[in-house]
Amino acid sequence: MLLLFLVFTMLISSCLGSVKINISELISMITYYTGISNVRHFQEQQAAVFLNIRLPRVLRGGMIGAALGVSGAAIQGLFRNPLAEPGLIGISSGATLFAVLMIVLEIGVFKTLKGNLGSYALSISAFIGAGITTMIVHRIAMKNGKTNITSLLLSGIAINALAYAFIGLLTYLASDAQLRNITFWNLGSLGGANWQSVSILLPFVLIPLVALPFLSKSLNTLALGESQAIHMGVAVKQIKTFVVVLSTMAVGASVAVAGTIGFIGLIIPHILRMAFTSDHRLVIPGSALLGAALLTLADLVARTIVSPAELPIGILTAMIGTPFFIYIIISERNKKHIP
Amino acid sequence: MIKVHHLQYKAGQRNLVDNLSFEANKGEMLAILGANGAGKSTLMKLLCREILPSSGNILFNGLNLNTYKLADLAKTRAVLSQSNTLSISFIVEELIMMGRYPHFGQNPVVKDLQVVKSVMEETGITHLAKRDYNTLSGGEQQRVQLARVMAQVYDSDHACLFLDEPTNGLDLLYQQHIMVLARSLADRGYCVICILHDINFASRFADKILMLKNGKRVAYGRPLEVINCENIHETFSIHVKLMPCEEYKCPLVIPAVGFA
Repeated sequence: MLLLFLVFTMLISSCLGSVKINISELISMITYYTGISNVRHFQEQQAAVFLNIRLPRVLRGGMIGAALGVSGAAIQGLFRNPLAEPGLIGISSGATLFAVLMIVLEIGVFKTLKGNLGSYALSISAFIGAGITTMIVHRIAMKNGKTNITSLLLSGIAINALAYAFIGLLTYLASDAQLRNITFWNLGSLGGANWQSVSILLPFVLIPLVALPFLSKSLNTLALGESQAIHMGVAVKQIKTFVVVLSTMAVGASVAVAGTIGFIGLIIPHILRMAFTSDHRLVIPGSALLGAALLTLADLVARTIVSPAELPIGILTAMIGTPFFIYIIISERNKKHIP
Repeated sequence: MIKVHHLQYKAGQRNLVDNLSFEANKGEMLAILGANGAGKSTLMKLLCREILPSSGNILFNGLNLNTYKLADLAKTRAVLSQSNTLSISFIVEELIMMGRYPHFGQNPVVKDLQVVKSVMEETGITHLAKRDYNTLSGGEQQRVQLARVMAQVYDSDHACLFLDEPTNGLDLLYQQHIMVLARSLADRGYCVICILHDINFASRFADKILMLKNGKRVAYGRPLEVINCENIHETFSIHVKLMPCEEYKCPLVIPAVGFA
Protein backbone atom coordinates (compact mmCIF):
# COMPACT_ATOMS: atom_id res chain seq x y z
CA MET A 1 0.00 0.00 0.00
CA LEU A 2 2.76 2.41 0.97
CA LEU A 3 4.69 1.33 -2.09
CA LEU A 4 1.76 2.20 -4.36
CA PHE A 5 1.42 5.55 -2.64
CA LEU A 6 5.11 6.18 -3.25
CA VAL A 7 4.97 5.29 -6.94
CA PHE A 8 1.86 7.43 -7.32
CA THR A 9 3.36 10.52 -5.68
CA MET A 10 6.54 10.10 -7.69
CA LEU A 11 4.63 9.96 -10.97
CA ILE A 12 2.50 12.97 -10.11
CA SER A 13 5.51 14.88 -8.96
CA SER A 14 7.45 14.18 -12.12
CA CYS A 15 4.56 15.39 -14.27
CA LEU A 16 3.75 18.67 -12.54
CA GLY A 17 5.76 21.84 -12.69
CA SER A 18 6.28 24.77 -15.01
CA VAL A 19 6.39 22.34 -17.91
CA LYS A 20 3.36 20.09 -17.54
CA ILE A 21 3.20 16.54 -18.78
CA ASN A 22 -0.13 14.71 -18.87
CA ILE A 23 -0.69 11.01 -18.31
CA SER A 24 -0.93 9.99 -21.97
CA GLU A 25 2.24 11.91 -22.76
CA LEU A 26 3.97 10.20 -19.88
CA ILE A 27 2.89 6.75 -21.02
CA SER A 28 3.95 7.57 -24.55
CA MET A 29 7.33 8.71 -23.27
CA ILE A 30 7.82 5.49 -21.35
CA THR A 31 6.83 3.26 -24.24
CA TYR A 32 8.94 5.27 -26.69
CA TYR A 33 12.12 5.17 -24.65
CA THR A 34 11.75 1.53 -23.66
CA GLY A 35 11.34 0.66 -27.35
CA ILE A 36 7.82 -0.71 -27.06
CA SER A 37 6.38 1.85 -29.43
CA ASN A 38 7.99 4.23 -31.88
CA VAL A 39 5.18 6.75 -31.97
CA ARG A 40 5.89 10.01 -30.20
CA HIS A 41 2.98 11.76 -28.53
CA PHE A 42 5.05 14.30 -26.67
CA GLN A 43 7.26 17.27 -27.34
CA GLU A 44 11.02 17.23 -27.34
CA GLN A 45 11.09 19.83 -24.57
CA GLN A 46 8.85 17.75 -22.32
CA ALA A 47 11.10 14.77 -22.67
CA ALA A 48 14.17 16.82 -21.92
CA VAL A 49 12.60 18.27 -18.80
CA PHE A 50 11.32 14.91 -17.68
CA LEU A 51 14.53 12.97 -18.19
CA ASN A 52 17.14 15.49 -17.18
CA ILE A 53 15.41 17.58 -14.52
CA ARG A 54 12.22 16.04 -13.14
CA LEU A 55 13.19 12.40 -12.94
CA PRO A 56 16.55 12.84 -11.20
CA ARG A 57 14.98 15.36 -8.85
CA VAL A 58 12.11 13.09 -7.92
CA LEU A 59 14.38 10.09 -7.51
CA ARG A 60 16.82 12.04 -5.40
CA GLY A 61 14.01 13.51 -3.29
CA GLY A 62 12.64 10.03 -2.80
CA MET A 63 16.01 8.68 -1.74
CA ILE A 64 16.54 11.52 0.72
CA GLY A 65 13.06 11.05 2.15
CA ALA A 66 13.69 7.34 2.54
CA ALA A 67 17.07 8.00 4.13
CA LEU A 68 15.69 10.52 6.61
CA GLY A 69 12.67 8.37 7.45
CA VAL A 70 14.61 5.17 7.99
CA SER A 71 17.37 6.79 10.02
CA GLY A 72 14.83 8.63 12.12
CA ALA A 73 13.11 5.35 12.94
CA ALA A 74 16.40 3.62 13.73
CA ILE A 75 17.71 6.46 15.89
CA GLN A 76 14.48 6.64 17.85
CA GLY A 77 14.80 2.92 18.47
CA LEU A 78 18.42 3.22 19.52
CA PHE A 79 17.91 6.15 21.87
CA ARG A 80 14.78 4.50 23.18
CA ASN A 81 12.91 7.71 22.65
CA PRO A 82 10.31 8.83 20.15
CA LEU A 83 11.61 12.40 20.24
CA ALA A 84 15.08 11.63 18.96
CA GLU A 85 15.43 13.05 15.48
CA PRO A 86 18.58 13.66 13.45
CA GLY A 87 17.91 17.41 13.15
CA LEU A 88 16.75 17.93 16.68
CA ILE A 89 19.60 16.19 18.46
CA GLY A 90 22.30 17.84 16.40
CA ILE A 91 23.26 15.16 13.90
CA SER A 92 22.21 17.20 10.88
CA SER A 93 23.98 20.31 12.09
CA GLY A 94 27.11 18.26 12.71
CA ALA A 95 26.91 17.07 9.14
CA THR A 96 26.23 20.60 7.90
CA LEU A 97 29.21 21.95 9.79
CA PHE A 98 31.53 19.45 8.19
CA ALA A 99 30.05 20.08 4.76
CA VAL A 100 30.48 23.85 5.17
CA LEU A 101 34.00 23.35 6.49
CA MET A 102 34.70 21.43 3.35
CA ILE A 103 33.36 24.19 1.11
CA VAL A 104 35.01 27.12 2.79
CA LEU A 105 38.32 25.74 3.90
CA GLU A 106 39.41 24.09 0.72
CA ILE A 107 42.72 23.28 2.22
CA GLY A 108 44.90 20.48 3.44
CA VAL A 109 43.04 17.35 4.38
CA PHE A 110 39.94 18.37 2.54
CA LYS A 111 41.79 18.98 -0.68
CA THR A 112 43.45 15.59 -0.63
CA LEU A 113 40.09 14.07 0.26
CA LYS A 114 38.54 15.74 -2.73
CA GLY A 115 41.40 14.60 -4.91
CA ASN A 116 40.95 10.99 -3.93
CA LEU A 117 37.21 10.74 -3.61
CA GLY A 118 35.98 13.29 -6.14
CA SER A 119 32.32 14.11 -5.76
CA TYR A 120 31.94 11.64 -2.89
CA ALA A 121 34.14 13.81 -0.67
CA LEU A 122 31.33 16.08 0.46
CA SER A 123 29.08 13.15 1.34
CA ILE A 124 31.85 11.47 3.26
CA SER A 125 32.80 14.53 5.27
CA ALA A 126 29.14 15.15 6.12
CA PHE A 127 28.92 11.50 7.15
CA ILE A 128 31.93 11.90 9.43
CA GLY A 129 30.40 15.04 10.93
CA ALA A 130 27.13 13.24 11.53
CA GLY A 131 28.93 10.27 13.06
CA ILE A 132 30.97 12.36 15.47
CA THR A 133 27.95 14.29 16.70
CA THR A 134 25.92 11.11 17.18
CA MET A 135 28.71 9.67 19.31
CA ILE A 136 28.89 12.84 21.40
CA VAL A 137 25.13 13.01 21.88
CA HIS A 138 24.97 9.35 22.75
CA ARG A 139 27.73 9.77 25.33
CA ILE A 140 26.03 12.72 26.96
CA ALA A 141 22.50 11.35 26.98
CA MET A 142 22.93 7.69 27.92
CA LYS A 143 23.34 6.67 31.50
CA ASN A 144 23.07 3.09 32.73
CA GLY A 145 21.53 2.08 29.46
CA LYS A 146 18.77 4.66 29.63
CA THR A 147 18.41 7.79 27.61
CA ASN A 148 17.91 10.82 29.70
CA ILE A 149 15.58 12.77 27.48
CA THR A 150 16.43 16.10 29.07
CA SER A 151 20.14 15.60 28.49
CA LEU A 152 19.41 14.34 25.00
CA LEU A 153 17.49 17.39 23.90
CA LEU A 154 19.73 19.78 25.80
CA SER A 155 22.86 18.33 24.26
CA GLY A 156 21.06 18.64 20.92
CA ILE A 157 20.51 22.34 21.59
CA ALA A 158 24.12 22.76 22.69
CA ILE A 159 25.51 20.99 19.64
CA ASN A 160 23.20 22.86 17.30
CA ALA A 161 24.26 26.16 18.87
CA LEU A 162 27.95 25.30 18.65
CA ALA A 163 27.70 24.01 15.11
CA TYR A 164 25.81 27.10 13.97
CA ALA A 165 28.34 29.33 15.72
CA PHE A 166 31.08 27.71 13.68
CA ILE A 167 28.97 27.83 10.55
CA GLY A 168 28.44 31.54 11.28
CA LEU A 169 32.17 32.01 11.60
CA LEU A 170 32.77 30.21 8.33
CA THR A 171 30.03 32.27 6.68
CA TYR A 172 31.90 35.36 7.77
CA LEU A 173 35.06 34.04 6.17
CA ALA A 174 33.40 32.79 3.02
CA SER A 175 33.56 34.32 -0.42
CA ASP A 176 30.38 35.31 -2.27
CA ALA A 177 30.12 32.10 -4.23
CA GLN A 178 30.72 29.99 -1.15
CA LEU A 179 28.13 32.04 0.70
CA ARG A 180 25.37 31.08 -1.70
CA ASN A 181 26.32 27.47 -1.25
CA ILE A 182 26.16 27.76 2.54
CA THR A 183 22.76 29.46 2.59
CA PHE A 184 21.48 26.63 0.49
CA TRP A 185 22.72 24.13 3.05
CA ASN A 186 21.11 25.90 5.93
CA LEU A 187 17.70 26.00 4.33
CA GLY A 188 17.72 22.68 2.54
CA SER A 189 16.76 22.23 -1.07
CA LEU A 190 16.18 19.46 -3.51
CA GLY A 191 16.94 21.70 -6.47
CA GLY A 192 19.85 21.30 -8.88
CA ALA A 193 19.47 17.58 -9.17
CA ASN A 194 21.18 15.76 -11.99
CA TRP A 195 21.99 12.15 -12.65
CA GLN A 196 25.46 12.56 -11.22
CA SER A 197 24.16 13.69 -7.83
CA VAL A 198 21.69 10.81 -7.88
CA SER A 199 24.48 8.33 -8.39
CA ILE A 200 26.57 9.94 -5.63
CA LEU A 201 23.73 9.58 -3.17
CA LEU A 202 22.70 6.08 -4.17
CA PRO A 203 25.24 3.94 -2.28
CA PHE A 204 24.91 6.00 0.90
CA VAL A 205 21.16 5.50 0.94
CA LEU A 206 20.98 2.00 -0.46
CA ILE A 207 23.27 0.38 2.11
CA PRO A 208 21.31 1.63 5.16
CA LEU A 209 18.01 0.87 3.44
CA VAL A 210 18.98 -2.73 2.87
CA ALA A 211 20.80 -3.28 6.16
CA LEU A 212 18.66 -1.51 8.77
CA PRO A 213 15.58 -3.76 8.45
CA PHE A 214 17.76 -6.65 9.60
CA LEU A 215 18.24 -4.87 12.92
CA SER A 216 14.49 -4.50 13.54
CA LYS A 217 14.19 -7.36 16.01
CA SER A 218 17.10 -6.07 18.04
CA LEU A 219 15.66 -2.58 18.07
CA ASN A 220 12.38 -4.01 19.37
CA THR A 221 14.13 -5.65 22.29
CA LEU A 222 16.02 -2.43 22.99
CA ALA A 223 12.66 -0.80 23.72
CA LEU A 224 12.61 -2.97 26.85
CA GLY A 225 16.01 -1.77 27.99
CA GLU A 226 19.62 -2.56 27.30
CA SER A 227 20.07 -5.30 29.86
CA GLN A 228 16.80 -6.87 28.83
CA ALA A 229 18.05 -6.90 25.24
CA ILE A 230 21.27 -8.57 26.39
CA HIS A 231 19.21 -11.18 28.24
CA MET A 232 17.42 -11.91 25.01
CA GLY A 233 20.71 -12.61 23.31
CA VAL A 234 21.20 -9.31 21.51
CA ALA A 235 24.77 -8.10 21.10
CA VAL A 236 23.81 -4.57 22.12
CA LYS A 237 27.18 -2.92 21.53
CA GLN A 238 27.44 -4.16 17.97
CA ILE A 239 23.84 -3.23 17.21
CA LYS A 240 24.49 0.29 18.50
CA THR A 241 27.52 0.70 16.28
CA PHE A 242 25.62 -0.60 13.27
CA VAL A 243 22.68 1.71 13.84
CA VAL A 244 24.88 4.74 14.40
CA VAL A 245 27.03 4.07 11.34
CA LEU A 246 24.15 3.22 9.03
CA SER A 247 21.82 6.01 10.03
CA THR A 248 24.50 8.69 10.11
CA MET A 249 25.57 7.46 6.70
CA ALA A 250 22.08 8.15 5.38
CA VAL A 251 21.67 11.46 7.19
CA GLY A 252 25.16 12.63 6.31
CA ALA A 253 24.75 11.95 2.62
CA SER A 254 21.32 13.58 2.56
CA VAL A 255 22.67 16.70 4.21
CA ALA A 256 25.58 16.76 1.80
CA VAL A 257 23.34 16.91 -1.27
CA ALA A 258 20.25 18.66 0.05
CA GLY A 259 21.11 20.50 3.25
CA THR A 260 19.11 20.30 6.43
CA ILE A 261 15.61 19.00 5.89
CA GLY A 262 14.15 18.73 9.37
CA PHE A 263 11.37 16.77 10.99
CA ILE A 264 10.90 14.09 8.31
CA GLY A 265 12.75 11.62 10.54
CA LEU A 266 10.58 12.60 13.50
CA ILE A 267 7.15 12.56 11.92
CA ILE A 268 7.28 9.55 9.62
CA PRO A 269 8.00 6.80 12.18
CA HIS A 270 5.50 8.40 14.52
CA ILE A 271 2.70 8.28 11.96
CA LEU A 272 3.42 4.62 11.31
CA ARG A 273 3.45 3.79 15.01
CA MET A 274 0.14 5.53 15.56
CA ALA A 275 -1.47 3.98 12.50
CA PHE A 276 -0.17 0.42 12.70
CA THR A 277 2.30 -0.88 15.27
CA SER A 278 5.57 -0.07 17.00
CA ASP A 279 7.15 -3.21 15.61
CA HIS A 280 10.34 -2.07 13.90
CA ARG A 281 9.93 -4.84 11.38
CA LEU A 282 7.17 -2.68 9.94
CA VAL A 283 8.27 0.76 11.09
CA ILE A 284 11.75 0.64 9.53
CA PRO A 285 10.86 -0.34 5.95
CA GLY A 286 7.60 1.60 6.26
CA SER A 287 9.46 4.76 7.25
CA ALA A 288 11.59 4.46 4.14
CA LEU A 289 8.56 4.25 1.86
CA LEU A 290 6.45 6.86 3.60
CA GLY A 291 9.43 9.17 4.02
CA ALA A 292 10.15 8.98 0.31
CA ALA A 293 6.51 9.58 -0.58
CA LEU A 294 5.99 12.53 1.75
CA LEU A 295 9.22 14.26 0.84
CA THR A 296 8.40 13.89 -2.84
CA LEU A 297 5.03 15.43 -2.13
CA ALA A 298 6.54 18.23 -0.04
CA ASP A 299 9.02 18.95 -2.81
CA LEU A 300 6.18 19.13 -5.32
CA VAL A 301 4.49 21.74 -3.14
CA ALA A 302 7.74 23.61 -2.54
CA ARG A 303 8.48 24.04 -6.21
CA THR A 304 4.97 24.72 -7.49
CA ILE A 305 3.42 26.89 -4.79
CA VAL A 306 5.45 30.02 -5.64
CA SER A 307 6.27 28.97 -9.21
CA PRO A 308 8.37 29.89 -11.12
CA ALA A 309 10.45 30.55 -8.00
CA GLU A 310 10.78 27.80 -5.41
CA LEU A 311 10.55 27.57 -1.66
CA PRO A 312 13.48 25.95 0.19
CA ILE A 313 12.02 22.64 1.26
CA GLY A 314 13.63 22.79 4.70
CA ILE A 315 11.40 25.76 5.47
CA LEU A 316 8.32 23.84 4.41
CA THR A 317 9.09 20.70 6.43
CA ALA A 318 9.89 22.82 9.49
CA MET A 319 6.60 24.70 9.16
CA ILE A 320 4.63 21.47 9.04
CA GLY A 321 6.92 19.55 11.37
CA THR A 322 7.17 21.92 14.32
CA PRO A 323 3.47 21.88 15.23
CA PHE A 324 3.56 18.11 14.93
CA PHE A 325 6.61 18.01 17.22
CA ILE A 326 4.78 20.07 19.82
CA TYR A 327 1.83 17.72 19.52
CA ILE A 328 4.07 14.72 20.22
CA ILE A 329 5.60 16.43 23.26
CA ILE A 330 2.14 17.09 24.67
CA SER A 331 0.87 13.58 24.05
CA GLU A 332 4.06 12.12 25.58
CA ARG A 333 3.53 14.31 28.63
CA ASN A 334 -0.03 13.12 29.04
CA LYS A 335 0.97 9.47 28.91
CA LYS A 336 1.56 7.63 32.12
CA HIS A 337 5.17 8.48 32.69
CA ILE A 338 7.49 6.29 34.69
CA PRO A 339 10.96 7.78 35.13
CA MET B 1 22.19 -26.72 36.42
CA ILE B 2 23.95 -23.74 37.93
CA LYS B 3 27.04 -24.18 40.06
CA VAL B 4 28.83 -21.19 41.49
CA HIS B 5 32.40 -21.55 42.79
CA HIS B 6 34.18 -18.93 44.87
CA LEU B 7 32.62 -16.13 42.91
CA GLN B 8 34.19 -12.73 43.39
CA TYR B 9 33.36 -9.34 41.92
CA LYS B 10 35.36 -6.23 42.68
CA ALA B 11 34.45 -2.64 42.01
CA GLY B 12 37.47 -0.54 42.86
CA GLN B 13 38.69 -1.73 46.27
CA ARG B 14 35.34 -3.08 47.38
CA ASN B 15 34.22 -6.66 47.03
CA LEU B 16 30.61 -6.47 45.96
CA VAL B 17 30.39 -10.23 45.72
CA ASP B 18 32.80 -12.05 47.99
CA ASN B 19 33.75 -15.70 47.71
CA LEU B 20 30.27 -17.06 47.05
CA SER B 21 29.60 -20.72 46.36
CA PHE B 22 26.20 -22.29 45.87
CA GLU B 23 24.20 -24.27 43.36
CA ALA B 24 20.68 -24.52 42.03
CA ASN B 25 19.28 -27.54 40.24
CA LYS B 26 16.60 -28.45 37.77
CA GLY B 27 13.17 -28.20 39.37
CA GLU B 28 14.43 -26.11 42.26
CA MET B 29 13.65 -22.60 43.37
CA LEU B 30 16.46 -20.72 45.04
CA ALA B 31 15.61 -17.51 46.86
CA ILE B 32 18.26 -14.88 47.46
CA LEU B 33 17.70 -12.70 50.53
CA GLY B 34 19.64 -9.73 51.75
CA ALA B 35 19.39 -6.11 52.82
CA ASN B 36 19.75 -3.25 50.34
CA GLY B 37 23.30 -3.11 49.06
CA ALA B 38 24.07 -6.69 50.09
CA GLY B 39 25.15 -7.52 46.53
CA LYS B 40 22.01 -9.30 45.36
CA SER B 41 21.67 -7.35 42.15
CA THR B 42 25.37 -7.62 41.39
CA LEU B 43 25.14 -11.37 41.91
CA MET B 44 22.16 -11.48 39.55
CA LYS B 45 24.10 -9.55 36.91
CA LEU B 46 26.98 -12.00 37.23
CA LEU B 47 24.64 -14.96 36.88
CA CYS B 48 23.05 -13.40 33.79
CA ARG B 49 26.46 -12.60 32.34
CA GLU B 50 25.74 -8.93 32.14
CA ILE B 51 29.05 -8.45 33.92
CA LEU B 52 32.02 -10.79 34.26
CA PRO B 53 33.39 -12.01 37.60
CA SER B 54 36.79 -10.85 38.88
CA SER B 55 37.53 -14.43 39.90
CA GLY B 56 35.78 -17.71 40.50
CA ASN B 57 33.44 -19.25 38.00
CA ILE B 58 29.85 -20.07 37.18
CA LEU B 59 28.98 -23.36 35.55
CA PHE B 60 25.78 -23.40 33.55
CA ASN B 61 24.65 -26.89 32.54
CA GLY B 62 28.20 -28.09 33.10
CA LEU B 63 29.90 -25.46 30.96
CA ASN B 64 31.56 -22.25 32.02
CA LEU B 65 29.10 -19.40 31.53
CA ASN B 66 31.71 -17.35 29.65
CA THR B 67 31.95 -19.91 26.88
CA TYR B 68 28.32 -19.47 25.85
CA LYS B 69 27.29 -17.23 23.01
CA LEU B 70 24.75 -14.63 24.14
CA ALA B 71 22.31 -15.84 21.49
CA ASP B 72 22.56 -19.47 22.65
CA LEU B 73 22.29 -18.52 26.30
CA ALA B 74 19.08 -16.63 25.50
CA LYS B 75 17.43 -19.85 24.39
CA THR B 76 17.75 -21.53 27.78
CA ARG B 77 17.80 -18.75 30.33
CA ALA B 78 15.51 -15.78 30.72
CA VAL B 79 15.59 -12.85 33.09
CA LEU B 80 12.79 -10.83 34.61
CA SER B 81 14.39 -7.52 35.55
CA GLN B 82 13.26 -5.13 38.21
CA SER B 83 12.30 -2.14 36.15
CA ASN B 84 10.31 -2.86 33.05
CA THR B 85 9.39 0.35 31.33
CA LEU B 86 8.87 0.48 27.60
CA SER B 87 10.30 3.41 25.70
CA ILE B 88 8.12 2.79 22.70
CA SER B 89 4.68 1.39 23.25
CA PHE B 90 3.92 -2.16 22.14
CA ILE B 91 0.77 -4.20 22.45
CA VAL B 92 0.94 -7.11 24.88
CA GLU B 93 0.99 -9.81 22.22
CA GLU B 94 3.92 -8.22 20.38
CA LEU B 95 5.82 -7.80 23.61
CA ILE B 96 5.45 -11.45 24.55
CA MET B 97 6.48 -12.44 21.04
CA MET B 98 9.81 -10.69 21.73
CA GLY B 99 10.51 -13.54 24.12
CA ARG B 100 10.54 -15.82 21.08
CA TYR B 101 13.04 -13.66 19.16
CA PRO B 102 16.04 -15.86 20.04
CA HIS B 103 14.23 -18.76 18.38
CA PHE B 104 13.30 -17.45 14.95
CA GLY B 105 14.85 -15.45 12.10
CA GLN B 106 12.81 -12.65 10.58
CA ASN B 107 9.32 -14.07 11.12
CA PRO B 108 7.73 -16.28 13.79
CA VAL B 109 6.67 -19.81 12.90
CA VAL B 110 3.56 -21.67 14.07
CA LYS B 111 5.34 -22.98 17.14
CA ASP B 112 6.19 -19.47 18.33
CA LEU B 113 2.59 -18.37 18.00
CA GLN B 114 1.49 -21.42 20.00
CA VAL B 115 3.97 -20.71 22.76
CA VAL B 116 2.80 -17.11 23.02
CA LYS B 117 -0.78 -18.32 23.28
CA SER B 118 0.08 -20.90 25.95
CA VAL B 119 2.03 -18.54 28.19
CA MET B 120 -0.76 -15.98 28.00
CA GLU B 121 -3.21 -18.61 29.15
CA GLU B 122 -0.94 -19.79 31.95
CA THR B 123 -0.40 -16.29 33.26
CA GLY B 124 -4.05 -15.42 32.82
CA ILE B 125 -3.56 -12.46 30.51
CA THR B 126 -5.23 -13.68 27.33
CA HIS B 127 -7.82 -10.92 27.65
CA LEU B 128 -5.03 -8.31 27.59
CA ALA B 129 -3.50 -9.55 24.32
CA LYS B 130 -4.43 -6.51 22.23
CA ARG B 131 -3.94 -3.89 24.95
CA ASP B 132 -1.19 -1.29 24.88
CA TYR B 133 1.40 -2.34 27.46
CA ASN B 134 1.86 1.18 28.81
CA THR B 135 -1.82 1.44 29.76
CA LEU B 136 -1.75 -1.66 32.01
CA SER B 137 -1.56 -1.57 35.80
CA GLY B 138 1.67 -2.55 37.56
CA GLY B 139 0.39 -6.03 38.39
CA GLU B 140 -0.74 -6.67 34.84
CA GLN B 141 2.54 -5.39 33.44
CA GLN B 142 4.48 -7.73 35.71
CA ARG B 143 2.44 -10.71 34.56
CA VAL B 144 2.98 -9.74 30.93
CA GLN B 145 6.73 -9.55 31.55
CA LEU B 146 6.68 -12.92 33.27
CA ALA B 147 4.80 -14.34 30.29
CA ARG B 148 7.51 -12.92 28.04
CA VAL B 149 10.37 -14.57 29.93
CA MET B 150 8.40 -17.82 30.12
CA ALA B 151 7.93 -17.73 26.35
CA GLN B 152 11.67 -17.29 25.92
CA VAL B 153 12.57 -20.60 27.55
CA TYR B 154 9.23 -22.38 27.19
CA ASP B 155 10.42 -25.44 25.28
CA SER B 156 13.88 -25.79 26.77
CA ASP B 157 14.68 -28.84 28.86
CA HIS B 158 17.27 -27.01 30.89
CA ALA B 159 15.44 -23.76 31.29
CA CYS B 160 16.65 -21.36 33.91
CA LEU B 161 14.68 -18.33 35.06
CA PHE B 162 16.07 -15.37 36.97
CA LEU B 163 13.54 -13.20 38.70
CA ASP B 164 14.75 -9.95 40.25
CA GLU B 165 12.26 -8.95 42.96
CA PRO B 166 9.28 -10.18 40.98
CA THR B 167 6.76 -9.05 43.60
CA ASN B 168 8.08 -5.53 43.90
CA GLY B 169 5.36 -2.90 44.02
CA LEU B 170 2.49 -5.35 43.64
CA ASP B 171 -0.49 -5.76 45.94
CA LEU B 172 -0.96 -8.91 48.01
CA LEU B 173 -3.07 -10.72 45.46
CA TYR B 174 -0.63 -10.16 42.58
CA GLN B 175 2.36 -11.00 44.79
CA GLN B 176 0.70 -14.31 45.55
CA HIS B 177 -0.13 -14.80 41.88
CA ILE B 178 3.43 -14.28 40.72
CA MET B 179 4.93 -16.51 43.41
CA VAL B 180 2.50 -19.35 42.73
CA LEU B 181 3.33 -19.10 39.05
CA ALA B 182 7.06 -19.10 39.76
CA ARG B 183 6.66 -22.13 42.01
CA SER B 184 4.69 -24.00 39.33
CA LEU B 185 7.47 -23.29 36.85
CA ALA B 186 10.00 -24.84 39.21
CA ASP B 187 7.71 -27.84 39.68
CA ARG B 188 7.59 -28.21 35.92
CA GLY B 189 11.36 -28.61 35.88
CA TYR B 190 12.70 -25.08 35.45
CA CYS B 191 15.49 -23.87 37.65
CA VAL B 192 14.19 -20.66 39.21
CA ILE B 193 16.44 -18.21 41.00
CA CYS B 194 14.77 -15.18 42.50
CA ILE B 195 15.69 -12.22 44.61
CA LEU B 196 13.06 -11.62 47.26
CA HIS B 197 12.52 -9.14 50.06
CA ASP B 198 9.80 -11.02 51.87
CA ILE B 199 11.34 -13.68 54.11
CA ASN B 200 8.01 -15.45 54.53
CA PHE B 201 7.52 -15.72 50.80
CA ALA B 202 11.02 -17.13 50.46
CA SER B 203 10.55 -19.77 53.15
CA ARG B 204 7.14 -20.73 51.83
CA PHE B 205 7.92 -21.07 48.11
CA ALA B 206 11.64 -21.71 47.75
CA ASP B 207 13.50 -24.99 48.08
CA LYS B 208 16.69 -23.28 49.10
CA ILE B 209 17.60 -19.89 50.50
CA LEU B 210 20.84 -17.96 50.13
CA MET B 211 21.29 -15.10 52.60
CA LEU B 212 23.77 -12.36 51.74
CA LYS B 213 25.44 -9.57 53.61
CA ASN B 214 28.11 -7.28 52.15
CA GLY B 215 28.52 -9.70 49.28
CA LYS B 216 29.29 -12.58 51.65
CA ARG B 217 27.26 -15.66 52.36
CA VAL B 218 25.51 -15.58 55.74
CA ALA B 219 23.55 -18.79 55.34
CA TYR B 220 22.66 -21.22 52.61
CA GLY B 221 20.33 -24.20 52.81
CA ARG B 222 16.76 -25.37 53.09
CA PRO B 223 14.33 -22.85 54.62
CA LEU B 224 13.95 -24.80 57.86
CA GLU B 225 17.74 -24.87 58.30
CA VAL B 226 18.48 -21.22 57.64
CA ILE B 227 15.45 -19.27 58.85
CA ASN B 228 16.30 -18.44 62.43
CA CYS B 229 16.62 -15.28 64.51
CA GLU B 230 20.45 -15.21 64.39
CA ASN B 231 20.73 -15.48 60.61
CA ILE B 232 18.05 -12.87 60.06
CA HIS B 233 19.66 -10.50 62.54
CA GLU B 234 23.00 -11.01 60.86
CA THR B 235 21.52 -10.39 57.40
CA PHE B 236 19.06 -7.58 58.01
CA SER B 237 20.25 -6.15 61.39
CA ILE B 238 16.77 -6.55 62.79
CA HIS B 239 15.42 -8.58 65.70
CA VAL B 240 12.61 -10.92 64.79
CA LYS B 241 10.33 -13.48 66.32
CA LEU B 242 9.46 -16.80 64.78
CA MET B 243 5.84 -17.81 64.88
CA PRO B 244 4.96 -21.38 64.01
CA CYS B 245 1.91 -21.71 61.84
CA GLU B 246 0.45 -25.12 61.21
CA GLU B 247 -0.28 -24.61 57.52
CA TYR B 248 3.29 -23.53 56.73
CA LYS B 249 6.26 -25.85 56.78
CA CYS B 250 8.44 -23.06 58.14
CA PRO B 251 7.64 -20.66 61.00
CA LEU B 252 6.58 -17.14 60.03
CA VAL B 253 8.98 -14.31 60.67
CA ILE B 254 7.70 -11.10 62.23
CA PRO B 255 9.69 -8.11 63.52
CA ALA B 256 10.07 -8.11 67.29
CA VAL B 257 8.55 -5.18 69.18
CA GLY B 258 10.78 -2.84 71.14
CA PHE B 259 14.00 -3.10 69.15
CA ALA B 260 15.44 -0.64 66.70
